[in-house]
Amino acid sequence: MSGHYEARFAAVGGQGILLAGDVLAEAAINYEGLYAADSPTYTAQVRGGPTKVDVIIDNKRIEFPRTTAIDFMLCLAQRSWDRFAKDLKDDCIVLIDPSLVHEVDEKYRVYRLPVIEITKKKMRKMVFTSAVSLGAMAGLTNIVKPESLRKALLKKAPRGTEDANKKAFQLGYDAALELLGKSG
Amino acid sequence: MDKNKNIERKVVFWPGNIIVAEAAIAAGCRFFGGYPITPSSEIAHVMSKRLPEVKGKFIQMEDEIAAMGAVIGASLTGMKAMTATSGPGFSLKQENIGYACMIEAPCVVVNVMRGGPSTGLPTAIGQSDIMQARWGTHGDRPVIALTPAYSDEVYSETIRAFNLAEKFRTPVFLLIDEVLGHLSERLEIPDPSEYELIERPRPTVKPEDYNPYDPSFGDVPPIADYFSGYRYHTTGLNHDMTGFPTTSQELGQSEQERMIRKVMSKVDEFESYEEYMTEDADILIVTFGSTARAAMVAVSDARAAGIKAGLFRPITLWPFPEDKLRELSKNIKGIVVPEANLGQLIYEIQRVAHCDAPIVGVNKVGGVPIYPNEILVKIKELV
Repeated sequence: MSGHYEARFAAVGGQGILLAGDVLAEAAINYEGLYAADSPTYTAQVRGGPTKVDVIIDNKRIEFPRTTAIDFMLCLAQRSWDRFAKDLKDDCIVLIDPSLVHEVDEKYRVYRLPVIEITKKKMRKMVFTSAVSLGAMAGLTNIVKPESLRKALLKKAPRGTEDANKKAFQLGYDAALELLGKSG
Repeated sequence: MDKNKNIERKVVFWPGNIIVAEAAIAAGCRFFGGYPITPSSEIAHVMSKRLPEVKGKFIQMEDEIAAMGAVIGASLTGMKAMTATSGPGFSLKQENIGYACMIEAPCVVVNVMRGGPSTGLPTAIGQSDIMQARWGTHGDRPVIALTPAYSDEVYSETIRAFNLAEKFRTPVFLLIDEVLGHLSERLEIPDPSEYELIERPRPTVKPEDYNPYDPSFGDVPPIADYFSGYRYHTTGLNHDMTGFPTTSQELGQSEQERMIRKVMSKVDEFESYEEYMTEDADILIVTFGSTARAAMVAVSDARAAGIKAGLFRPITLWPFPEDKLRELSKNIKGIVVPEANLGQLIYEIQRVAHCDAPIVGVNKVGGVPIYPNEILVKIKELV
């Protein structure tokens, strides 16, 4: 990555999406020597309310810590899209789960990936939604190296869940490559 | 803070609130009395876990008023003590903050500012408590308020807040806001060898010869720890050097003047600010805390557009670095004061600035921070 990159992860409280933002930021800081700033938005509700986290990555110290031109957005809820799909660049990469997000502005580079279905069927626990999503992001973008993201995820994963997180990440990554027509 | 390149610093990625808690412990804080309130709650949360690990005490009190009382009590026993709150809690604490000023109990009060008035916007930015910090509790007293803007500064200013509280025997405010409290960014934790820790002056005389407000020791008299054998009286009433109440006009005058003087005569030693491209600036931006980060970008953007803009960012917001601003404002064509409130700091700038040039605000409330382009628009209007 060079220069300045902005990513937004939007979902509803309880989907664990704040963790995905932390993992991206820590991957940039710890494994690529970059600067990163991570700002979650809190709403009054904790579970079920629309929530997001913004991550800015830069190769120099970050001055303004909020997003103004977003390069990548992951969204896992329609009402989060309706509320948070702002400040996206025209060529923003948008990753959505088509079972949860039905209407988006098609002017963006929209990728539809069944993150929830993959997590439910192959991981059997919804806590791995973030890991699958991060894997998918690693496949669709080159913000940081996939290996940096994987390492940051495993470092953050609770003890004993490393293998499962690794598997979830790989599932997301492979699904994204398949979507792009590349082989995993 | 001295930077020594030979020291390997630990790199962390903590939100501002956790930085405050960890820096407080590094500063020697061993007591936290609080009542959780968004967006400051993580400070209490971390302190409740970390303080017992370092043989400190954490107590969640029944309300904000009692929490401030607990902090003052702990301070009197000799502990470095703090609380953390936000707007509504800061309002409730004002009476006891005045008491801490009057009895000269060192303590640190963190206010993670949110939108107000009243319960306002619990989860979003505001910067509208700065005049409350200055004037919130009644009576004349010194006020020290620190307003860091970056993660590393949140760490170093938290340590400095304890040092100044101890040095001057007074409450010190650390004013951050929701943006900084929840923002995580790269932080290199300074090594303890890189900063100094200050302890309050303690008596060297025998207990029977001790007077808690003895002016012969200077403007900051030594303070004895409760339960250490030194017995003395503490009251919020006007008191003489023994600590007992007095209605003497002369003493009332001299003691209040001493309390102000103990801080204001040393202001050159701790006043701090940052200047960015002010040397040849036509337009000066004056702001603080997280809003200053938007202003930094606005200055760069203005320069790129051929406008000579510069930023003056007080870090000690109170006492306001007025000599420096007076000097900077001499040949200026306009001053812009962005703040996440409807106009508070601008009054101080109007009072201090030495110019006939226009002084205009960029004011935004409602929970969204001021963006760089909103400041840039105002700069362009002034040119």
